[in-house]
Amino acid sequence: MLNVDTAISVKVSPGGETHEQELIRRIQNGEREVFYELVRPYQRRVYAAALAVLRNPADAEDAAQEAILKAFAHIGQFRSESRFSTWLIQIAINEARMHRRREHAEIMQPIGEHQDEEGSYIPREFPDWREIPSESLERAEVRELLLRALASLGDKYREIFVLRDVHQLSIEEVAGMLGISRASVKTRLLRARLMLRDLLAPKMSTGWFSRESSPKGNKPW
Amino acid sequence: MVVTCERVWQEVSNYLEGDLDPSLRAALDEHFHVCPRCASILAGTHNVVQLYGDERLFQLPLGFSGRLQNKLAHEMPAKRGTIYGWVVAAAAGVALIAGGIALSRPKPSIPFEVRSPLAKPGNHIPAKLTVLVAGDSKIFHVAGCDQLRAQDGRIRSMPAEEAEHEGYVPCIRCLGKYLSSIPVDFLKRHFRSGAPA
Repeated sequence: MLNVDTAISVKVSPGGETHEQELIRRIQNGEREVFYELVRPYQRRVYAAALAVLRNPADAEDAAQEAILKAFAHIGQFRSESRFSTWLIQIAINEARMHRRREHAEIMQPIGEHQDEEGSYIPREFPDWREIPSESLERAEVRELLLRALASLGDKYREIFVLRDVHQLSIEEVAGMLGISRASVKTRLLRARLMLRDLLAPKMSTGWFSRESSPKGNKPW
Repeated sequence: MVVTCERVWQEVSNYLEGDLDPSLRAALDEHFHVCPRCASILAGTHNVVQLYGDERLFQLPLGFSGRLQNKLAHEMPAKRGTIYGWVVAAAAGVALIAGGIALSRPKPSIPFEVRSPLAKPGNHIPAKLTVLVAGDSKIFHVAGCDQLRAQDGRIRSMPAEEAEHEGYVPCIRCLGKYLSSIPVDFLKRHFRSGAPA
């Protein structure tokens, strides 16, 4: 599986300091012009984190760029106790949430937002979806379908899903970042994955963009 | 241990995470062999995790990097003769040369019919930029793009304007990266939608 981390190489200097650590040290010592080199591998992740919150590409770009500028302004406060990428994504999530509050962007009611987390979720029955999906991502319409499905999830499911399955953060890191318990992360992650499966399987298993819509009133959430 | 379908649905995510004790995992494995519905749910959920974990899904908007670099440059304390300044100047020089070549011959501004009904033609792509196309695809690429594949092994090179004329659309990955390396103001100044200004 390809993931956003694969593009980020880790070079280690003879002194044991990674290239990233070296860049952070140089920036903190005043060499601020190398900041872009530090954040360049993470731009996509920051944008994806903002998009997960805001669901709108233009707003997500604004929030992502603001987040990177904030990281630039506060790089002196970064301590190497956490990974730089985690710190940056945390800023992006916060910035996107502030942006959402400012813009009152909640126009449509997302799926599952007010669903009871404790109740069990019943996945829908569909024709088998066993396609090896990797090649399908080269199709713009497939990417669009996936992003629309993700955008339709409720905030609390979408954010956790993106942090875990897009950014590959650990369950503990997600729990710490969002200030919720490990159990809540796992419950919401399960629901997010099953809801996405239910949204995507009818399209993916019976041909792209089937004109058949879901039966009315047959949504399990 | 025997597990019910309901139990499987609760644990399918932990199963994918590898976060189950061995006896429960073995019970689920056994269940998946005899229950097509749960096996289908597992396959679908696994596909979801795989698809969303793929870096190709989240494409940066065109020009994102250029806009970010501009903003960062505004935030930099004013300095003369820094390495950053030289790098920006060199990048601008390269972009100017590319633009100059592209401007040497005007391009028709009539939109061409694209091969994929769902795709849109690209904007701000230098007309003379050499691109590569596979005869059986609908997308053009810059050299070195790992998305360039030809079923029949036939790959042609041509100027971007010709590729667009033939209905090919730009590859989001490689053209996106190429365009984001050129300052967005330069592109806006010299190229409007699909054609030189």
